[in-house]
Amino acid sequence: MLKRTIYDEEHEIFRNSVRKWAEEEVFPHAETWREEGCVSREVWKKAGEQGFLCMYADEKYGGLGLDDFRYDMILAEEINPREPGFFIALHNRIVAPYIHKLGTDEQRDRFMPGIVSGDCVLAIAMTEPGTGSDLGGVRTRAVEMDDHWVLNGSKTYISNGFLAGLVVVAARTGDGHEIGLFLVEDGMEGFSRGRNLKKMGLASQDTAELFFDDVKIPKANVLGDPRKGFKSMMMNLAEERIMGALGFTARAERAFDVTMEYIMDRRAFGRPIGTFQNSRFKMASMRTELDAAWALTDHCVREHLKGELSAEMAAQAKLFTSEVEGRVVDECVQLHGGAGYMEEYEISRLYGDARISRIYAGTSEIMREIIGRGLGLDERSRN
Amino acid sequence: MAFPRVHLEEEHEMFRDSARKFLQKELSGDVERWRAQGHVDREAFLKMGEQGLLLLWAEEQYGGLGIRDLRYEQVLIEESIRWTDIGFFHNAHSKLVGPYLDRLCTPEQKARFLPPAVRGESILGIAMTEPNTGSDLAGIRTKAVDMGDHWLVNGAKTFISNGIIGTTFVTAAKTGDGRGQIGLFVIEEGMEGFSRGRHLKKFGLPAQDTAELIFDNVKVPKENLLGDPGMGFAYMSECLAVERTMSAISSLSHAQVAFDVTLEFIKDRRAFGRPVGAFQNSRFKMAEMRARLDAAQAWLDQCVMLANADRLTPEDAAALKLLCSEIQGDMVDLGVQMHGGAGYMEEYRICQMYQDARISRIYAGTSEIMKEIIGRGLGLGEKDLR
Repeated sequence: MLKRTIYDEEHEIFRNSVRKWAEEEVFPHAETWREEGCVSREVWKKAGEQGFLCMYADEKYGGLGLDDFRYDMILAEEINPREPGFFIALHNRIVAPYIHKLGTDEQRDRFMPGIVSGDCVLAIAMTEPGTGSDLGGVRTRAVEMDDHWVLNGSKTYISNGFLAGLVVVAARTGDGHEIGLFLVEDGMEGFSRGRNLKKMGLASQDTAELFFDDVKIPKANVLGDPRKGFKSMMMNLAEERIMGALGFTARAERAFDVTMEYIMDRRAFGRPIGTFQNSRFKMASMRTELDAAWALTDHCVREHLKGELSAEMAAQAKLFTSEVEGRVVDECVQLHGGAGYMEEYEISRLYGDARISRIYAGTSEIMREIIGRGLGLDERSRN
Repeated sequence: MAFPRVHLEEEHEMFRDSARKFLQKELSGDVERWRAQGHVDREAFLKMGEQGLLLLWAEEQYGGLGIRDLRYEQVLIEESIRWTDIGFFHNAHSKLVGPYLDRLCTPEQKARFLPPAVRGESILGIAMTEPNTGSDLAGIRTKAVDMGDHWLVNGAKTFISNGIIGTTFVTAAKTGDGRGQIGLFVIEEGMEGFSRGRHLKKFGLPAQDTAELIFDNVKVPKENLLGDPGMGFAYMSECLAVERTMSAISSLSHAQVAFDVTLEFIKDRRAFGRPVGAFQNSRFKMAEMRARLDAAQAWLDQCVMLANADRLTPEDAAALKLLCSEIQGDMVDLGVQMHGGAGYMEEYRICQMYQDARISRIYAGTSEIMKEIIGRGLGLGEKDLR
């Protein structure tokens, strides 16, 4: 197994405390949350009390002012594989940075304390029923009035969609690629949530449709330049993708671990099934792919910590790790035999959870576009 | 379907038409409820029986049609998967469990077991797998002891298809201490000591009721023993080849539906100013799958003809099951990917199909077992080469 070198002693101390906390406060509730289709609001508040939410936030907001990406990696590694519905990474590293980096002082003063305490769970609403990877095709529209904006449209597949107290909504503000980001708060008139969508996996992750019917957005809730939201969305994608890569690799690692245990224990034809050559070879290939996935992810993290991570490299990490994850969970189900298909076995859930990884945060096809264009193979330059 | 099915005659296509009309009219509308409630309605079997679609092979004296041409079974599976659901296991009833009755029953047993099965009043299941076995059938622990005028059966089974709605189970139990010394017993609903355990929750196939069965001192009358009480292992090995051919038919039919559903979606769905299907990647992925599906279909159709002539070997059946289930797995994976986020949402059929398909590489013998069978057929068995 790959020896990882990106963590220091203080990170490992932090890991131990996260692990201990999750064993007490998170994992015992996992089954209930899966049934309810949503994690509890309390667990968010408890995570806030522990200081796990947005550590990089200023001390005056309750944060630690400690901007080290690795702490969020540890949270994702320790919590995500066993409780993927408790989507701290989305809150800490995908949505909150918009407010932390693009927000005005007034906006930060208003929202960051709740975000850090866990009272206000975050979501981001980009995808629409007709779009998907094509952010240029957004139809939700915001029209500027004298002292406010009026928002109309709908979004779908929004993670944390049910629990969210604050949603960053992307809406068209003009022609072409003019998009603005708006802070839509729970309770605003005309803002409603549709169904909690039934998915193949991630049962405890609330994924919802959001509707905006003449929602009046005060000017104070416009995030950044209302015409340049597209650029802001792109800015954060690299970090989002390595966060994803890390989560995928961690889940695949978990699948590997539960399968190792299973195949050493389970006997068929007079011996543990792990001792068959086929099992040995499959596990050996998976170990190799997993280590390569960790190495690539950690490399990207180092680049990111130096501020030098390219969009292409992040796309490579997202592509490679999600594909490795897909292969690993599939092989692990196979090694479980019939048990692998039964929900009571963890591997069956990991398999269902993993299938979205190659799709969300940009599909594998989009990743290949990004990487391929980086090679100079852009269709638009064919002449 | 683009591929010409040259092995089918006009009468098979007429049968297809009438089966399709029946399935569309009588059962398609129930699928969503079956999936939600976790099992098919027993009435669905009655309707199939009324239509003459169960145990096609059963002789006329038992109410059947005496049709042993597998092409009809194939057509029925194709239509049933397309218009109802792959979890509707009427085929397990007719062609997985049925053949045990066909091969092993005495005339007296046939007269008792076949007519209700033809009418759909009884629903058949087979109870082989146990909590600690799986592919290793010789390792089962359920025991049947000869008590003179009956057999006393004790043990437990798991992962049993039709386990909740089933009424009549061909049950494998050890009848002696030798490895593989197994008898097959027909255990029926209502027998004292026979009960059902949990209705198991699965990753997919929600319309299929998969359950545990428990046998606690079940007195099984001697006339419910099938064939020789020591030969069950050999019987199971014989019937498994048929089961695997049926499983291959089912996998490929399912893959074909997934292909069609996906093709329709990517022609309709637009991104970046054009239909998703118009991207070269989509075109190539679908083209590759078209070629693989056609190749498999051609081979499968040929194997159906070989099976009709009783010339299909266990190795052929294993290779067929291996290939068709792997293609099915690749097809549903591609289908989900081509659907993007929608592919992960249960309201889209491809999402359900992805979940339903994952068991195909496992049940009726895992892909690994298929490779063992094929490989040993090549003379590469560990015991053969020393």
